[in-house]
Amino acid sequence: MAGETLLEVRNLKKHFTVEADIFGRPTAQLKAVDDVSFSIAAGETLGLVGESGCGKSTTGRTIIGLYQPTSGEVLFKGENISAADKQVMRQEIQMIFQDPYASLNPRMTVGDIIGEPLDIHRLAKGQERTKRIQELLKLVGLNAEHANRFPHEFSGGQRQRVGIARALAVNPSLIICDEPISALDVSIQAQVVNLLERLQRELGLTYLFIAHDLAMVKYISRRVAVMYLGKIVELAETDKLYASPRHPYTQALLSAIPIPDPAVERNRERIRLEGDVPNPINPPSGCRFRTRCQYAMAVCAEQEPKLTYINGHAVACHWAAE
Amino acid sequence: MQLTPDSFTPVTRDNAEQEILRPSLTYWQDAWQRLKRNKLAMLGLYIIVFLLLAAVFGPLFSNTSYSDQNLLQANRPPSSEHWFGTDNLGRDLFIRVLYGARISLAIGIVASLLNFTVGVAYGGIAGFVGGRTDRFMMNVVDVLYGVPVLLYVILLMVVLKPGLTNIFIALGIAYWLQMARIVRGQILVIKEQEYVLAARTIGAGKWRILLRHLIPNSMGAIIVTMTLAIPDAIFTEAFLSFIGLGVAAPMASWGVLASEGINSLRSYPFQLLFPALAISITMLAFNFLGDGLRDALDPRMRR
Repeated sequence: MAGETLLEVRNLKKHFTVEADIFGRPTAQLKAVDDVSFSIAAGETLGLVGESGCGKSTTGRTIIGLYQPTSGEVLFKGENISAADKQVMRQEIQMIFQDPYASLNPRMTVGDIIGEPLDIHRLAKGQERTKRIQELLKLVGLNAEHANRFPHEFSGGQRQRVGIARALAVNPSLIICDEPISALDVSIQAQVVNLLERLQRELGLTYLFIAHDLAMVKYISRRVAVMYLGKIVELAETDKLYASPRHPYTQALLSAIPIPDPAVERNRERIRLEGDVPNPINPPSGCRFRTRCQYAMAVCAEQEPKLTYINGHAVACHWAAE
Repeated sequence: MQLTPDSFTPVTRDNAEQEILRPSLTYWQDAWQRLKRNKLAMLGLYIIVFLLLAAVFGPLFSNTSYSDQNLLQANRPPSSEHWFGTDNLGRDLFIRVLYGARISLAIGIVASLLNFTVGVAYGGIAGFVGGRTDRFMMNVVDVLYGVPVLLYVILLMVVLKPGLTNIFIALGIAYWLQMARIVRGQILVIKEQEYVLAARTIGAGKWRILLRHLIPNSMGAIIVTMTLAIPDAIFTEAFLSFIGLGVAAPMASWGVLASEGINSLRSYPFQLLFPALAISITMLAFNFLGDGLRDALDPRMRR
């Protein structure tokens, strides 16, 4: 299924200036994304997980160009995105947003929302536009008559489908799903994920699936990257990562997934992390996870562990490397 | 009770979940429905419409003008001939109050036009561009806001004669500031909404985002601010004319009429009563309507 590399992210950094002196020089910076590299093959789904504020959404938004990267580059089909034609890139890479209640303009009809990308890129007009909108609505499992309705008349799951239809309107090849299901009810989550899978099969889409729900990521992704404080700490194929996590942080995350079997669940041992996530404006020296890591060693405070690949399983940890 | 597999039949999956039964209402239809339920706001609306019609057409049906004097008929109490009585020069008070309404409503229209054009454009640009531009533009607003309107008018008196022009210029300086602030605040909030990000990811240009996403979604706040700015402007004019800085005789603004009426308060109280009533009722009507609109247009208040 996985073909050639579609998207490659190289040493991507996105720093936000939190404070500046009177000359506009930054005095405090939030390193939301700090030296992140990964690639996505055409047709695959890469899951990107991590807790709130670890930089996973910022990574997605920087890739699509909502934020200007501080440094590093994003290559799409081998071409640097910042140098490429913006309008072409806007059609190749699309995004599905987290909150279906906030991501649709309440003053526009669903038809106009889905039609807006068609208008902007002059893809269809008049009759053709109407037809295309109806086609898209059907594709995501809504009725063609819904085009004249307003977003507030829809349920959360239906709105998310509208958001998906809008992203599909320009026939993109990569879709960045920014926590597309975390705002939905559990029963609706499955519907939307299944829809995304069906669309992937039918249209040959590639997904970057950002989420914090590990069980859902396991279900949809071929490979998973785990982020902590702006860095990728582990990246491996889904089965490998879930079967034998090597980074202490991934181990702790996975141990927190409840198991739907009372007998097993009763004996489940959870690794509890001590303390809170450190302030990203002033992260710990060396390994960023060392303040909460049960295996922390002297070297962890001094040297920053590099993300190293062993048999396609990448991990950034001194302890795991030994 | 015995349960067998036969006692269960799977629910057939139909399209029911995709049906929407509520009739489709646009945002404005929905707001209108809510406004109609608010009795005070509707009363305000009726009064304003009545006032508009009376001010525009009322004087056309009368054979006397607002400045026609008839000294034999001076200081007459209200009667069937002169509904509101006459003043000390024998001018019909009813006609003069109607003319006052014209001036007041003209002031209201100017204030709302300024609000809508200058205020919305200024606040919209400041909020949308942001950064240093925003800081500079809003500092200008803060400085202008700090100076009282009364001071502008007095300073203008040095250059111009007292009259409507003075008031219009003073309003021009002062009456879009509030709107600029409100619109900027709205735009700053809406700019970060996911649907604006979505519009950017599909490649929408600046103008498209401003005109199709930001302004339409600030419309509720804009209209409410406008409705509440109108009575403020009308009252400012009445006040300025009352203290002699605005419209001068024989022009008949409500402030002038009240000012004239107060001289003969002891002997002919009706000469103050009618202009004062006109001012009060108009203020109340606009404020009722403004409050009602705020409730109707603010989705957060939705029950």
